[in-house]
Amino acid sequence: MAATCVEFATGGFSFENCRRNAILEEKGLKPPKVYKTGTTIVGIVFSDGIILGADTRATEDTIVADKNCSKIHYLAPNIYCCGAGTAADTEKTTQIISSQLELHRLNTDRTVRVCTANRLLKQMLFRYQGHIGAALVLGGVDSTGPHLYSIWPHGSTDVLPYVTMGSGSLAAMSVFESRYTPGISREDGMKLVRDAIAAGIFNDLGSGSNIDLCVITKDKVDYLRPYDEANKKGVRQGKYAYKKGTSCVLTETVRKVEFVVESTQVKVEAMDTV
Amino acid sequence: MEGIMEQPFWANGPKPGSFYDFHAGHSSKTTTVMPVKHTQYPMVTGSSVIGIQFDGGVMIAADKLGSYGSLARYRNCSRILKVNNTTIMGAGGDYADFQFLRDIVEQRVIDEECLDDGFNYTPRSLFSWLTRVLYNRRSRFNPLWNTVLVGGLQDGEPFLGYVDKIGTAYQSPTAASGFGAYIALPMLREAYERNDKMSEDEAKTLLESCLRVLYYRDCRAWNKYDIAIVTHDGSRLEESKTLSTDWSTADMVSGYE
Amino acid sequence: MSLQMEQHEYGTPMQRYWSPYAMNGGTGLAVSGADFAIVASDSRLSEGFSIHSRDAPKTYQLTDTTVLSCAGFHGDILALTKYLEARLQMYEHEHNKKMSTSAIAAMLSTILYYKRFFPYYVYNIIGGIDDEGKGCIYSFDPVGSYERETYRAGGSAGSILQPLLDNQIGFKNQQGVVKTPLTLQKAVQLVKDVFISAAERDIYTGDSLVIRIITKDGVKTETFPLRRD
Repeated sequence: MAATCVEFATGGFSFENCRRNAILEEKGLKPPKVYKTGTTIVGIVFSDGIILGADTRATEDTIVADKNCSKIHYLAPNIYCCGAGTAADTEKTTQIISSQLELHRLNTDRTVRVCTANRLLKQMLFRYQGHIGAALVLGGVDSTGPHLYSIWPHGSTDVLPYVTMGSGSLAAMSVFESRYTPGISREDGMKLVRDAIAAGIFNDLGSGSNIDLCVITKDKVDYLRPYDEANKKGVRQGKYAYKKGTSCVLTETVRKVEFVVESTQVKVEAMDTV
Repeated sequence: MEGIMEQPFWANGPKPGSFYDFHAGHSSKTTTVMPVKHTQYPMVTGSSVIGIQFDGGVMIAADKLGSYGSLARYRNCSRILKVNNTTIMGAGGDYADFQFLRDIVEQRVIDEECLDDGFNYTPRSLFSWLTRVLYNRRSRFNPLWNTVLVGGLQDGEPFLGYVDKIGTAYQSPTAASGFGAYIALPMLREAYERNDKMSEDEAKTLLESCLRVLYYRDCRAWNKYDIAIVTHDGSRLEESKTLSTDWSTADMVSGYE
Repeated sequence: MSLQMEQHEYGTPMQRYWSPYAMNGGTGLAVSGADFAIVASDSRLSEGFSIHSRDAPKTYQLTDTTVLSCAGFHGDILALTKYLEARLQMYEHEHNKKMSTSAIAAMLSTILYYKRFFPYYVYNIIGGIDDEGKGCIYSFDPVGSYERETYRAGGSAGSILQPLLDNQIGFKNQQGVVKTPLTLQKAVQLVKDVFISAAERDIYTGDSLVIRIITKDGVKTETFPLRRD
């Protein structure tokens, strides 16, 4: 009568609880808070390659969760990727794609191309229909030159000479729109990216702390972390170390642990090597 | 004795043993009383207004677009106003509410002039009045849907104030409303922190570059704009100008992957 | 009172919702000693993820011996402080003397409760010198519940500062510690230190700190820079 239906594991996330969760939320259930990298991330194409930039603040609602988090992720030796949005999503997405790119490199024995990374990222994000909240700035240099992409959580992509993402993207974009020039030099480019991130740090409350930079050229990557400390931390005047014994001990019990000695001899056995 | 007993024990209160009627007796009537309706969303709107203090003066600028939702409906709406010789103002948000406010301000300036007592609106007095008007309208749940910038010279010193539709108000040497708060304000702050004694020309160039970036990035912005300036020589609303734009990076963009 | 976002749904006309309230952030703090009180606040005025102003301190001097700190919706703060100023002036004209700190606190409570069903969205802390010349602090909720305390933190970083004050001023959770009375110098230093910490972790606290020191001789003001990010 009832035949057993075998379901094959297909891999990827399960969405079977999405509808249930939506109904629960409608009835007032609060979903767990996640770390958001309410962020300023940017990238530009300069004369010899790509410059990526990011701030280092991670927030959980109105509280700073991490004061010096790293938002420029490694994808391949010649490709890096800035992430904004849900911190876990940006980290895991870039790790997954990074390992796929490495396998691709081993299979083909070639330096992977940036367009490959872009395709893998957008196809993964599109498949998850925006549920993976990762907004990315992807940059790298390959055999066909420097490439810069912005990738949105739903999987759409743009190719542009300068891009910004995250809650500080507008502040950063105002810097690019007034000062970016095609074929900008390395030195000017780094200054421009620094100023764009600084605009986000000082004007957007979701962004803050330090400025990280990643300069990718044909055969060299300079990962500068931190490149600049936009804000100096205040120096406290008081000392707040406690004297020994300040913590209150509520109860104290001492118990003697009795050992039963069965043998005092150590038997030597051959190592299991099979 | 009688007179005292006629008064209810608790004015507007419920009868002993019954509950408070929050609808002021409406529910007991059989006729349906429709609630008073207020405009709760803007129709024709103006986008950002930006302003900055410079050495010996203040200037406020805004583009001339009146948007109807996403339609660029009116392309020649002035949102900047010369109030008197020491005071200027500019507004974003609902254009009808701005016109209403402008009519009142202009009439009050005339009334003030007619008194001929030597007193006039100062930037601070206009700002203080506007702050109360906008706050009181929001408290009656009937807001004037505007963000207003007031600028001028107060006792010879530059003054720039910001007030929004719910009565949040402050003074600041740089101010921007709407999309400008995200795009223009970082530029204004950066320039002002570098040089808080900029000349009139420098300030004007700065505001123009802000408007240009807004035109590039704000879908509700336009390339035709007004600018009003107050200096020790008086105030003036300059003739409308059109922004110069640079699209040289456009041919660097093709495709999406 | 939550931050409302504009919702955009496809296929339906877009409606812009508005809230009569906004949360403009800011932290207030008051500490009292034997013959002094300190009222401090940061100077950042923000909304959402934006900074409106870096120079908008939220302390208001009411009399020579009373200072008020406010955090919450700035529109209500402006209305409330304007009204308080008027009431204080009326009192002075009627009684030919300044209002005492305890009387101001009682009056503020009734003013707040008067708007019980459309409240001033303001968290108030009053610091001053009482009738006996001692430092005093009164803290309020938005609808007028209040009590006298010796120290209090309120506003956006209030909940992260209060436990620290409990520990450092109230000597809570410390065994065998000598409970020395708070000196003015120690109090000022502590206020600066806790605001440095608040600016590290609370996005709505920063830019600069304004410290108002109230003694029988009047109110002295000190400012101190904080993080600007």
